[in-house]
Amino acid sequence: MKKIILAAVASALIAGPAAADGHGVKIGVLLGFTGPIESLAPDMALAAELAMKEVTDSGAFMGGKSVSAVRGDSTCIDSAAATATAERLITSDKVSGIMGADCSGVTIATLQNVAMAKGVAMISPSATSPALSDLEDNGLFFRTAPSDARQGQVIAEILKERGIKTVAMTYTNNDYGKGLADSIQMNFEKVGGTVTISAAHEDGKADYGAEVGALAQAGGEVLIVAGYLDQGGKGIIQASLDSGSFDTFVLPDGMIGDSLPAAIGSDLDGSFGTVPGTDSPGAAKMSEMAAAAGFANGPFASESYDAAALIMLAMQAAGSTDSADYAKKVMDVANAPGEKIFPGELAKGLKILADGGDIDYVGASAVELIGAGESAGNYREILVKGGENTTARFR
Amino acid sequence: MTDFLNALVILANFILVPGLAYGSQLALGALGVTLVYGVLRFSNFAHGETMAFGTMLVILVTWMLQGAGASFGPLPTALLALPIGIAGAVVLCLVTDRLVYRYYRRQRASSVIYLIVSVGVMFVYNGLIRFVIGPRDQNFTDGQRFIMKAREFKNMTGLNEGLAIKTTQAVTLGTAVVTVGIVFWFLNKTRTGKSMRAFSDNEDLALLSGINPDRVVMIAWIMTAALATIAGTLYGLDKSFKPFVYLQLLLPIFAAAIVGGVGNPLGAIAGGFVIAFSELFVTFAYKRVVTYMVPESMAPEGLVQILSTDYKFAVSFMILVIVLLVKPTGIFSGKSL
Repeated sequence: MKKIILAAVASALIAGPAAADGHGVKIGVLLGFTGPIESLAPDMALAAELAMKEVTDSGAFMGGKSVSAVRGDSTCIDSAAATATAERLITSDKVSGIMGADCSGVTIATLQNVAMAKGVAMISPSATSPALSDLEDNGLFFRTAPSDARQGQVIAEILKERGIKTVAMTYTNNDYGKGLADSIQMNFEKVGGTVTISAAHEDGKADYGAEVGALAQAGGEVLIVAGYLDQGGKGIIQASLDSGSFDTFVLPDGMIGDSLPAAIGSDLDGSFGTVPGTDSPGAAKMSEMAAAAGFANGPFASESYDAAALIMLAMQAAGSTDSADYAKKVMDVANAPGEKIFPGELAKGLKILADGGDIDYVGASAVELIGAGESAGNYREILVKGGENTTARFR
Repeated sequence: MTDFLNALVILANFILVPGLAYGSQLALGALGVTLVYGVLRFSNFAHGETMAFGTMLVILVTWMLQGAGASFGPLPTALLALPIGIAGAVVLCLVTDRLVYRYYRRQRASSVIYLIVSVGVMFVYNGLIRFVIGPRDQNFTDGQRFIMKAREFKNMTGLNEGLAIKTTQAVTLGTAVVTVGIVFWFLNKTRTGKSMRAFSDNEDLALLSGINPDRVVMIAWIMTAALATIAGTLYGLDKSFKPFVYLQLLLPIFAAAIVGGVGNPLGAIAGGFVIAFSELFVTFAYKRVVTYMVPESMAPEGLVQILSTDYKFAVSFMILVIVLLVKPTGIFSGKSL
């Protein structure tokens, strides 16, 4: 009897660590499921999980290991909550990498407070603050979203082409808003435009009449609203229309989503904006795959798919799930030389890597990592027409 | 001359019209705070949440009415739902009084204890509201959106500047005038109203002359709940309904009540408009107004703004501090109803 118990205990002890090691690799999905971009986060998470499912189903990942997602809420704005969530993902769920975070402020906080301390790699699909370009990251941070420094250039170009000389600008009072506003202002002034006012607004208020009053007095042909579509950005636009202050709005990536034209209605027609996107064959393929999986290929969904795919491809290339090993491979798999890999072809990519070959991951958003590991930046120019966001062209 | 008119239109569009609407909303809110203070002798921190609760009921009933195809012509349907919202808020206030405040009244608790209790009540309401309707924005405005659009005004008058008047702003002002009229008529002309004022003025004397305290307290709660629901609904119609916002609104409302003289209904109304207009005056950028008024060579480069709009809430704080330092009883010397 004693022996049986002993044997049972012993086998449990042996089985324990073996089970924890198992065949599964976990990747954290750290997105703002609550908060100012909560309408975007579900599609982003589903896109990342789609990539993980594809890799698991291929059976080619590191000798047939499976990959599973562990979701965590970054809240988009609450750094303390995001840090706690990242801490949980790493220490208790034991994720090998993090697809996230989403908004720039919480991304910086989780990177500096948790990911760097624990040595876990992060690939963000949507943190666009220019501050992340030269932040010390121990080589652990990458993003499939371009820096807002690039978005500022694109918006300045669009404004110039439309012959707009003076603009008023308001931004949400955080890292994302401030970084984007500065970039737009710098680039627009470089091409000879004038920014009459660049004022911050706080999210979560009911009334933006006073803010709009100041913007209207400064004047400008259009109003640039570098905010969030479910938050203050919407309030600013509504108040501007109500008081007849501005008719046309410029909508950067945080303001692009179906809920905005739906909430404002036909008054938004003629406004324009930008959101990361590409007309590469990968984008069309991604939309098909998303539709088949039952979600919309909304803003940043492609980038999320690519972020998750890059983590797994880099692991495959390094033959290790240890961040210190695979983080070095991220740039290699993302860029030329090598066989081009589009969404839905992750199995092919994994096989080439397993055979010691080279790949150039193009993915859904035409990934090309530059500088310290951020997307070079392809943008879709959006025009609001007939109460819907339509694609004017790609840049 | 046209320059002068243009300048006036800017001020009307960005200060006068929004200020009148916002001031009415604050005044109604402050009136409720002041009534509770006058009769029950404590600062009711749960007032903002009472407003949110009443508004929430109005929204739910409005949705039902809209679903049933009912409408109120060019006016918002929410006005039809208002009586049901008020009834619900009254029930909530009376139940709270029976379960919570009555206990402390029997204990003859000090007003500081009451105040803390009301903070507790606030959190309970807050949870209740989020449980029922969630923390998000809710839109329930319908009917005609504008009485006058900025562009129509420009075409009509030939001026450069537009003046927009929203239906909700006019509805707010109209409803506020009617409500305040009824409250003052009640307090000054009816027997019950007079007994309330007597009770507020001197509780012991009122008790000696046979006024039933329970009845006075009950009527005070009914009036407070009605005022809170009306104020909350008007604010929600004019701006947007988000449960957290009513918590933020508590500060200007208290500032309004104290500036006017807490316990004094007339003061509450004056205070509401003082706070609303100060917020707008201090944070408005006068660049274009000045440009119209002075010769072209003297046109200002900057925004001519006293304080950035970020400091909007600080304005009510500043006024509060100044009033408490200079005239602690408020403009209308409060502390009696």
